[in-house]
Amino acid sequence: MLLALDWTQLAQQIVIGLASGGVWATLAVALVLIYRSTGVINFAQGEMAMFSTFIAWSLVHHGLSYWGAFALTVVISFAGGIAVERTVIRPVERAPVLTVVIVTLGLFFLVNGAARWIWSPETRSLPNAFSTRPIDVAGVAFSIQDLGTIAVALAAVGLLWLFYRFTKLGLASRAAALNPEASRLVGVRVSWMLALGWGLAAAMGAVSGMLTAPALASFDQNLMQPVLLYAFAGAVLGGIDSPLGAVAGSLLLGVLINLLGTYVDWIGGELRLPVALAVILGVLLVRPAGLFGRPVERRV
Amino acid sequence: MRSRALGIVVWLTTAAAAVLAYLLMPSFVSDFHSRGLAEAGAYFVAIIGLNLLTGYTGQISLGHGALMAIGGYTTAWLMVHEHWRDVWTIPLAGLAAGLVGFLIGLPALRLSGLYLALATFAFAVSMPSLLKKFSGITGGGQGLRPIEEAPLQITGLSGTVTILGHSVTQNDFLYYLSWGLGLVGFVIAWLLVRGRVGRTLRAVRDSEVAAASAGIGLARTKTLVFALSGVYAGVAGALVAIQTEIVSPLSFTFVLSIVILVGAVVGGLGSLPGMVLGALFIEYLPDISTRVSQKPGVPDFVYGVAIILVMILLPTGAGGLLKRLARPLTTRLYLRP
Repeated sequence: MLLALDWTQLAQQIVIGLASGGVWATLAVALVLIYRSTGVINFAQGEMAMFSTFIAWSLVHHGLSYWGAFALTVVISFAGGIAVERTVIRPVERAPVLTVVIVTLGLFFLVNGAARWIWSPETRSLPNAFSTRPIDVAGVAFSIQDLGTIAVALAAVGLLWLFYRFTKLGLASRAAALNPEASRLVGVRVSWMLALGWGLAAAMGAVSGMLTAPALASFDQNLMQPVLLYAFAGAVLGGIDSPLGAVAGSLLLGVLINLLGTYVDWIGGELRLPVALAVILGVLLVRPAGLFGRPVERRV
Repeated sequence: MRSRALGIVVWLTTAAAAVLAYLLMPSFVSDFHSRGLAEAGAYFVAIIGLNLLTGYTGQISLGHGALMAIGGYTTAWLMVHEHWRDVWTIPLAGLAAGLVGFLIGLPALRLSGLYLALATFAFAVSMPSLLKKFSGITGGGQGLRPIEEAPLQITGLSGTVTILGHSVTQNDFLYYLSWGLGLVGFVIAWLLVRGRVGRTLRAVRDSEVAAASAGIGLARTKTLVFALSGVYAGVAGALVAIQTEIVSPLSFTFVLSIVILVGAVVGGLGSLPGMVLGALFIEYLPDISTRVSQKPGVPDFVYGVAIILVMILLPTGAGGLLKRLARPLTTRLYLRP
């Protein structure tokens, strides 16, 4: 069977997988950002991203170009993320972890309901961000859209990394996540660092949503629910406390799912998700902290 | 001595009031509301099971909806293919889901916290597509339809059911069945958590290392609690199947798992009486939010706002509130004269 492999098709399928993996990676990084600072998975992350996408749709609808709307939406989402943290998460900051998890589940219903309230539940579409014509690389035709999606996703993650690595604010945020008490002692405003994390996560989610929507012929308010599942899976695969792990995990998952769906008939479209989750479970049983995560050490 | 007698009196009064409320409820509410209460009863059973697992033992499960699916499909399958009476399928449904719960508990030995949440969540998300894939047993996307394929096995399809010489409507029967099993499940759970077993579970929750060094077998405890919790979920799933008379992959999506978790946390993890309120909360909140406005999206919006508000106002759930309200009474009981 291996001999009959069509290398052109394989390369194309890998790139398609990387493109979907890249979109998941941006949302996965958003999940990791909030997990590192708050210790919970934000179940509303996908819905917040969907809300951002609808904002972008409104802006495009009012005459902005795709990229103009893109930039403006990222800024609005950043502010929105901070606002959500201040109003909804702040009051339960000291509550048990599961309480915060349930609050994010409530936020899931709230945001989804609000989006259907404001924009009424009809299907919509966003213009294509990239040219739909194929490009020829070393004799293999790739779609520009896929390559562009990968580039934008990686650029967004890269910018975020630069921010955390090279700015004083980024350093303060990392310190606040790592050791809140000590950071407070040296003058970091820990609570606001959490809000900043939520803002950046919302902005990353917006990127993810705006890359997801144009690739679909039409979308509605349930746009980001599957993406959230894959992003969650990718983040856990890479190690939920490691942003780079989340990116690598999501890309790996994207390629894996696409290849499995293409080459194993029995899996087809329907069983893609269960099979991918089973693979992840297998990985976790061997490495319980994910591929790139650090094992958790606890003091008794 | 006197305070001990007082304590017994308080407990007996509470228990008697609960049983009386259970027996008399259908006389006070309409037939339609008995049906709603019956659904809440099924949630109640599932939530108690989840509370044993998450509240007392500290193992998060986002997959209880899938365990309920196992129970529901067992019931429907036995009715359609083996022509069992619906009520008699319940024990087997509980056992089947308990077995699956035990199997899910095995990876739980290596995973903790979020990773366990993902594993159980994966199970819940995969369940509908698995049910569709193995259509030979499960009827695929159509599901199993006892109402059409085995109507003779449904208790009370003619409209009335006779229990111990009393004739009650089908909805009242479903209410008595669900909350009756709920009461039994409650008492079993209460007997478990108040004694040695409860201390073992809480020890595992609070510190695994300390529990292990005190001689508790972590692997045994965790898998057994998963299995027990699965039995509760299976019974709840069987109740859902008996009430709806049709099971399909859509009856048990991952949203159900999340709703069950919301019920357990709103009810108050680590508190059993709070679970009644948790079950009523998840049963009636969607109704109430639909009543606010029928506009698309508004019910979900109200639902979300209500969940967030409850969590902000009662971070430890209704159970925490009950404990605080009862404190003046209970502290009196424990004070030496």
